[in-house]
Amino acid sequence: MDHRYTRQTQLKDFGPEGQQKLANSKVLVVGLGGLGLPVLQYLNAMGVGTLGLMDQDVVELHNLQRQVLYTEKDLGRLKLEVAHETLQSQNSTTHFKLHDTFLTRENALETIKQYDLVVDATDNFPTRYLINDACVILDKPFVYGALHGFEGHVSVFNYKNGPTYRCLYPNMPRPEEVPNCNENGVLGVVPGIIGTLQALEAVKLLTGVGEVLSGKLLLFDGLAQQFSKIGFKRNPLHSKVEALQDSYDPLDCSTVATITAEDFQSILGEDTMLLDVRTPDEFNENHLKEAINVPMDQLMVPKPVKSEKIYVICQSGQRSETAAVQLQKQYPDSTFISVLGGMNKMMTLIFP
Amino acid sequence: MTILLFGIAKDIVGSPTLSVPTSSVTGKKIPKTVGELKTFLSGTYPELNKLSSMAVAVNHNYAEDHEVINSYDEIALIPPVSGG
Repeated sequence: MDHRYTRQTQLKDFGPEGQQKLANSKVLVVGLGGLGLPVLQYLNAMGVGTLGLMDQDVVELHNLQRQVLYTEKDLGRLKLEVAHETLQSQNSTTHFKLHDTFLTRENALETIKQYDLVVDATDNFPTRYLINDACVILDKPFVYGALHGFEGHVSVFNYKNGPTYRCLYPNMPRPEEVPNCNENGVLGVVPGIIGTLQALEAVKLLTGVGEVLSGKLLLFDGLAQQFSKIGFKRNPLHSKVEALQDSYDPLDCSTVATITAEDFQSILGEDTMLLDVRTPDEFNENHLKEAINVPMDQLMVPKPVKSEKIYVICQSGQRSETAAVQLQKQYPDSTFISVLGGMNKMMTLIFP
Repeated sequence: MTILLFGIAKDIVGSPTLSVPTSSVTGKKIPKTVGELKTFLSGTYPELNKLSSMAVAVNHNYAEDHEVINSYDEIALIPPVSGG
């Protein structure tokens, strides 16, 4: 008699054993964007027992061309919630763990420890290096996927003592070297292809079926419709990680004070000095009433400082961090504090 | 010698491949190792020089700077990519 997974358990090389292994597996997917969604949809459909979802962003209009799980009705909602609802209705037998946060130096080891495998579906270098280092420390494999325009990379790192991300790219590039998707753009279907390949590698790794893409970097060129593979080895110089770095901030080793959105909400008052560094358009769309708009290209403290602490906010917490670093250099007598998660997070607190 | 370009290297050069002369008619020193090739290319494309972390593959295998290259080798420049 046919059951839910018949079409894959009837495969000689996969069988009921493969299915059982998937059911027993725990996979963390970091990032619920263009890569993470196809990974999750397939791992969930195929019967991976426990899936961890991690993201703190909300669904935005410009996500919809590639993040095809989300609909127009979901705009402004937390990706974590929307993805969870859809995946739950796709497979009610999966156990979901929700991580309403970004991966940070503080939570990485504790979180990754709970899983057998991590899928790197992030969109930035700091988190990719953090995933690598945490996985090496905890001896967990991770499936890597990354995009650039019409191209994509896939590999499996730290699998059975195989090479790591740092064996290919020892050090994190500076932010100005390599643009991200927001600056460079990505063709909607490409993350679907790369994410689906990541899901395949995850399933192979978990079940032992086939040959895991370890020690090989798969390069996909969507324009030429061409795949190529590059072999590489574990490099003892770069593959050894004893502890996480003090900071994964790529900004020339500068660090800046931060505050969680929850804590910020509790101290927010008339005397709070808050600089909103988004563009005037973004600011006009929504802002906190205490905020003064100081766009990134005109960073300055616009009025006499009443308090020693000056808070900086943007949409997601990235630009505010950059801004706080710059402002701290300009005004060393004040303390600049970046609001983690930015307006995205604040809006979910104010309008739950 | 033909070099395949990926990611930001392709954007910098403006083409998916690049040809490097293998005879000394140009008067320039011909690159004999991966490291020399990087230096040679950054002379023509200074932007490439800014990439602190760039993988180079020779005949489909990751190659360190000291490794020797020949005119018949297939070389690829693969800078890191971050999008997701």
